[in-house]
Formats: sequence, structure tokens, C-alpha cells
Amino acid sequence: MNATPLPLARRLLPGGRAAVIGLPYLWLLAFFLAPFLIVLKISVSEMENVSFKDLLTLQDGVLQLSLRFGNYLYVLQDELYFATYLASVKYAAATTLLCLAIGYPFAYFMARAPKTLQPALLMLVMLPFWTSFLLRVYAWKALLGEQGWVAELLIALQVDDLLLAAGLIATEGKLMNTPFSLVLGMVYTYLPFMILPLYANLSKMDLRLLEAAQDLGATPALAFWKVTVPLSKAGIIAGSMLVFIPCVGEFVIPELLGGPQTLMIGRVLWDEFFSNNDWPMAATVAVLMILLIIVPLALFNRYQAQAQEKRA
Amino acid sequence: MTAAAPAYLQIDDVVKDFGGGAVAVNHVSIDIAKGEIFALLGSSGCGKTTLLRMLAGFETPTSGRIVLAGQDLAGLPPYERPINMMFQSYALFPHLSVWDNIAFGLKRDGMARDAVAERVEAMLKLVQLGKYAKRKPHQLSGGQQQRVALARSLAKRPQLLLLDEPLGALDKKLREETQIELVNIIEEVGVTCVMVTHDQEEAMTMASRIAIMSEGRVLQVGAPADVYETPGNRFVADFIGNVNLMDGKLSCDNPDHVVIDCADCSHWVGHGITGTEGMAVTVALRPEKIHLQHEEPPVEHAPHNRVRGTVRDLSYFGSFTVYHLALASGQVLKVSQSNVERHRGGVLTWGDTAWASWTPSSQVVLTQ
Repeated sequence: MNATPLPLARRLLPGGRAAVIGLPYLWLLAFFLAPFLIVLKISVSEMENVSFKDLLTLQDGVLQLSLRFGNYLYVLQDELYFATYLASVKYAAATTLLCLAIGYPFAYFMARAPKTLQPALLMLVMLPFWTSFLLRVYAWKALLGEQGWVAELLIALQVDDLLLAAGLIATEGKLMNTPFSLVLGMVYTYLPFMILPLYANLSKMDLRLLEAAQDLGATPALAFWKVTVPLSKAGIIAGSMLVFIPCVGEFVIPELLGGPQTLMIGRVLWDEFFSNNDWPMAATVAVLMILLIIVPLALFNRYQAQAQEKRA
Repeated sequence: MTAAAPAYLQIDDVVKDFGGGAVAVNHVSIDIAKGEIFALLGSSGCGKTTLLRMLAGFETPTSGRIVLAGQDLAGLPPYERPINMMFQSYALFPHLSVWDNIAFGLKRDGMARDAVAERVEAMLKLVQLGKYAKRKPHQLSGGQQQRVALARSLAKRPQLLLLDEPLGALDKKLREETQIELVNIIEEVGVTCVMVTHDQEEAMTMASRIAIMSEGRVLQVGAPADVYETPGNRFVADFIGNVNLMDGKLSCDNPDHVVIDCADCSHWVGHGITGTEGMAVTVALRPEKIHLQHEEPPVEHAPHNRVRGTVRDLSYFGSFTVYHLALASGQVLKVSQSNVERHRGGVLTWGDTAWASWTPSSQVVLTQ
């Protein structure tokens, strides 16, 4: 091979491709990784009046690294924190399942709707984003509160008895500030994040596969279960993650719609930072929350990668 | 088979009208015998695929009946028909292995696990894919995918096998090899088969009988040789293979022979036709049935059945050469001559004047 060496400038300066890939990474580095490391540092720091002690100190020629794990021990031992983490995961999981149950049929029929109708349907899914999220969540306060028409309708239909029996509300006829109103608000807010990846996935599906399944003796219902569902796995996973992850750390919706019963980790975080001013403790809670989400996801990803490898 | 016995598969006056003007399938009736490989041949939009989909149960006929082995299929959904289909570009389940693809239909029948395994193994052996049982479809070549699709559609031992453009997704070389292999497997299994194709070569080599379709109608049904040698009308003559079509008038109508006058030449045909003197007819003459030479040929019924022209073009194909002979009227006669000898003396070349001649029996008179 007689390759001419690249001019020096081209070798040293990043090309267009590197810039396109590199810029988002720089962004993440500066505004995600760096802040995370700062939070991590705060969580193991000692408070000294209003500032933090340095982790590394040089005293009399001795370099000292002092890490304070007290907060971690405290959080891990305290039942309140544990219960709050658990509640966050529980509500997030319930929201994810409900979004899936509502979003899957929706995305399915949207993907099967006439091609001319689909842009309009897609538009309807995204329409809520055109108004303020805060406003939309706040509106539920009125709808579910006393004399709110949704609340009155549900009570008239005696849905509140069912919710009471299921332990989702505490007293008959009172829907606001309950697990019910919290999950309702979260499902309402995050539903589009479930529908959109599912729709993208389902609309790509080769419909002849369903014909093939029917030709081989599968009823339409069975063909759906054996072909459509497995083939939309990637969409289900993507949608579930897009709903579950932000739900775990959700603050605004529990604050507006959740009651005292529904303490979620986002609110605890807020209290530690802004009410107690205990930054190391707040940072600890935040770090543990990230671990709580990342560890299962990482395990899941590894499992996926292994399954992929097995197939190859 | 006695004449009275109904055919194995009866397509009886079937119509499919999707609305909006054109009728996709227009009063089609075909009888297909057990064990036959039958091809529906036509260009895209001729209704052949719609007809196949009605057999599979994906479309419902607007009117007419489809009867398989004495059972009227009307009202039977695809999943209850004893018919399996090999789809165009196969429609293999991408999330299932080769083994599971083949087992899919068997499991739906509630077959015992051992029996399923046994049948799948037998199918894998039939299509020689035993080594690939655990692979996913995307890890197979086009030819292998085609065999998986075949195995999957044969696994349930259907009473009727449908093939939708079975070799359409393969490249030319592989297609030729696969044609024979596919026919061998189908004949080994002994299943009755209806295939749809737009490729006349594929239809001719694979099928025992062919139906040529155009605009929703069946124009002719027959064995490949019948369809080629005795086309029933202009469309079929033109659609199957190469042909010279010469319009003319019936000038002499005898019970044992007729004479047709065309612009450049006249044709003496050794059989009678139903027609009257002066009626417009078309003579179809295949290029390979014409003989080409320098000198004026002595023909039996001179001056009929020969014509003089100028070689305007020639295409050398190795085993044969196609000459384009320009006639006086401007019509171009295609003549194909097989290159039997390596160094033939007096070969024709561009600009040469040459005589074309043919025998009385090589012409087909088309009245429509």
C-alpha cells in the first residue's frame, strides 16, 4: 500500500465526525458527570459551618484523605429512608405498568390506523406538551379535589369504594392527596413517553408475519401474543425505562398530587436540601437513588448483551 | 381420473371486486388435480396474487366458490384451512430460530412435544438444514431462508401448498438451481401446489400446468409446451417467450389448409380454421422456428412461407444468435439460429440480404 500520510493539521484537529460525536459527550461530561462527582464528593464530606472540609488535607507533611460515610450508614439503617425508596420504586412500577397497559393498545391501533390518519393521532399524543407541565398537573388538583367534576363522576360511579377497598385512598369520597391521585397524575404525565417508542416499534412491524402466523394455524389473538408482543420487546423496554426512571425520582407530581401517605424520594431530597439544609445527607440520598436505578439497569443491559451474543 | 369426478381443487367462477373500478379477479374458474404443481402466471396487477390470497383465506371472494377435496372453503379463516403458504420473501419470524419457525404451526395444532420434534427434524432433513436449526433467520443466506420457509409451510402436511413468488428474492444463478430442488422436494412430499409468479421461465420449468392471467381474467390454461406452442391469443403468444406477430387477412379458406396474406409475405397453414375469407387474423411465428439463409430457399408451398429481408441487427448469445431481419414494410422479423457448428461458412452479418423460411406447421393462426 502506498498511502500518503495525512497532513499534520488533519491528524491533530478533530474532523467533522469527531466533533458531532464529541460535542454531546463534552456536554454530558460537563453537565452530568462533573456535577455527579461533585454530589458524590459532598455526600462524603464533613460540614464546617457553611462550607465543606476538603477531602484531601496536607498537614505536617501527612496527606490525609477523610471520607465520611456516616450519612450512608444512617440512610441505610433508617427505616424511613428505606420505606421511602421502596415507595418510590413501587409507585414508579405501578405507573409503568399502567402506562404499558394503556399505551400498548393505543400505540398498536395507532400503528394500524390508516396511514393518512397517523400523523393526526401522533399529534394528539404530543399535544399535551404544548402546555406547561406544571399547569397540567395542577389542573388535576381541581379535577380531583372536592367538587371537581372528575371526582364527582368517580364518586357517582362508586369508583371510590373500589379504590378504598384497594387501599388507594384513605377515606371514602376523598380522592386528592392519595396514592390514587399520585399514580393517576404520573400515568397522565408519562403516558406519551410510553406510547411514542411503542408506536415507533409497532409501526415498523412487517404485517405479513401476522399473516404467516395465521396461515400456520394461530388465531389472531395467538398471533398477537406469539409474534407482535415478542417483536415489540424493544419498544416495551424503551417505553418502560422512559417512564420508570423519571418516575422514581419524581418530585413535582408527588408534591402537588400526593398526600402525606405517599412520601417519595424526590420529596425527601427536597426536604434535606432546602428545609434541613443538610447537603451531605441530601447528596447521599441522591447518590443512593442513582445507584438504585442504575444497578438494576446495568444488570439488565448485561443480560441483554449476553442474550444478543448467544444469538450471534 | 374419470371425467365425472370433481377436481381436487375447484376454483369456481370466483370474482373479487375491491371496488373502485377494476375487478381484481374476474370470473375465474380453474380445476386443479391432486399432486399437480400449478402456476398462476401474469404481470403485476393481473390478479394472480389476489387469487392466491383467496385460496389462503386472507381475502374473501365477492362471489364464486373455492372447493378443496370436497370441502367448500367459504367462511373458513386462514388458521382453520388445511392450506399453508410460502410467503413472498418468506416472512420468517425474526425472533424465532429455524427450529421454532418450523415448529410454529405444529405447536398451534396442539401436537405432542415429541411428535413436534420428530416432524421438525424430518423437515430439517428434507431441506438439508439440520446444522442450522438453532440459527435465527437473519443469520442465513437467501437460499437457506427460502428452504426454511418451505420447511415451515410443509411441516403441517397441508392439503394444498401455496407459493407466492417462491424464488423472487433469489439471484438468477441460485434461482435456476433452486427451481429444480424445490420441485424435487414438492414432488417427494406429493403435495398439491399452486404457485404465483411473474417469471415465465420459473412457471415453465416448475409447473405441470400454467394459467396465464391478465387484468383479472384467465386467458389460457395448459401445460408449458401447449401454452408455448399453441397460444390461444395474441396476449399469450406475446407474453410467453419471443414471437413474431404478423397481421394479415384470410385469403383462402379450405378445410385442410388456409392461406393468409400479410404485408410482406403470405402464409400457407396446413389446417383449417374457423373463419371466413377476408377476416383479419394474426400469424404467430416463434423466432427459433424460422430458418435463415443467403439463397432463395426451395419451400414446399412457394411462394408462401418465405420472405426476404435485410439483417439489421444481430445479437450473439453463444449457443444461438438472434437476427433482426428488416422486411419491406418495415416490420422486423426476429430469427434465432442455434450455433451448431463452430465455424459455419457463409455466416450472415449486418447489411446482408437473407431469406427467411418456415414450415407450414410452425405457424399459429390467432383469431383473437
